[in-house]
Amino acid sequence: MTITVKFFASLSEQLGKKEISLNAQDNLTLENVWSQATNNAVMPTKLLMAINMEYAQLTDPVNDGDEVAYFPPVTGG
Amino acid sequence: MKVTVSSIPFDPWSMLEEYQQQLPSGQFGGSNIFVGTMRDFNVGDSVAEMTLEHYPGMTEKHLEKICLQAIDRWQLVGALIVHRVGLLLPDDPIVLVAAWSAHRKEAFEASRFMIEDLKHSAPFWKKEKTTGGIRWVESNTPS
Repeated sequence: MTITVKFFASLSEQLGKKEISLNAQDNLTLENVWSQATNNAVMPTKLLMAINMEYAQLTDPVNDGDEVAYFPPVTGG
Repeated sequence: MKVTVSSIPFDPWSMLEEYQQQLPSGQFGGSNIFVGTMRDFNVGDSVAEMTLEHYPGMTEKHLEKICLQAIDRWQLVGALIVHRVGLLLPDDPIVLVAAWSAHRKEAFEASRFMIEDLKHSAPFWKKEKTTGGIRWVESNTPS
């Protein structure tokens, strides 16, 4: 399956990437996608994540064509 | 309801007037407004400018969800959220949240809910330029 993986703010700077297209096997969770998209980088303790622009959890499944995003705590307003 | 995310500076008072003119006449008895403005200081340092990054698409979707929840929970007549992104300078308005309802209680509670949910969950990130360099803001103030 092919998925789009996005990183934002300080996390994007730390990883040196904003967006990648990932070709991966089926039946992955957000935790698996993190490992593959970041070459097994250590996961920040306060990491937030989304699937198709909705907040999600590490154990949530990812499907073909999904847009996945990882980002630090938000600071708007 | 109306949600706007824009890199263009905005005047909250003219946006309020413009939006309120579109609401049904005679239906609202109370409106409550919150405007967040950029300070020139944060955690003990002077701040010269700030850049606001966001997640295009998810941000608008999340803000619309906040408005719809507030309208449903407090039977609002109108709900408005405007948020800046991009480069901001001190005194620039960052965010405008407003709620219109039949009575004041609902307008107060709904606007408080909208700004608190926005600050806790809407995907925006602040980066400050201080005298000591450039840094990401790690968390919002609790109140």
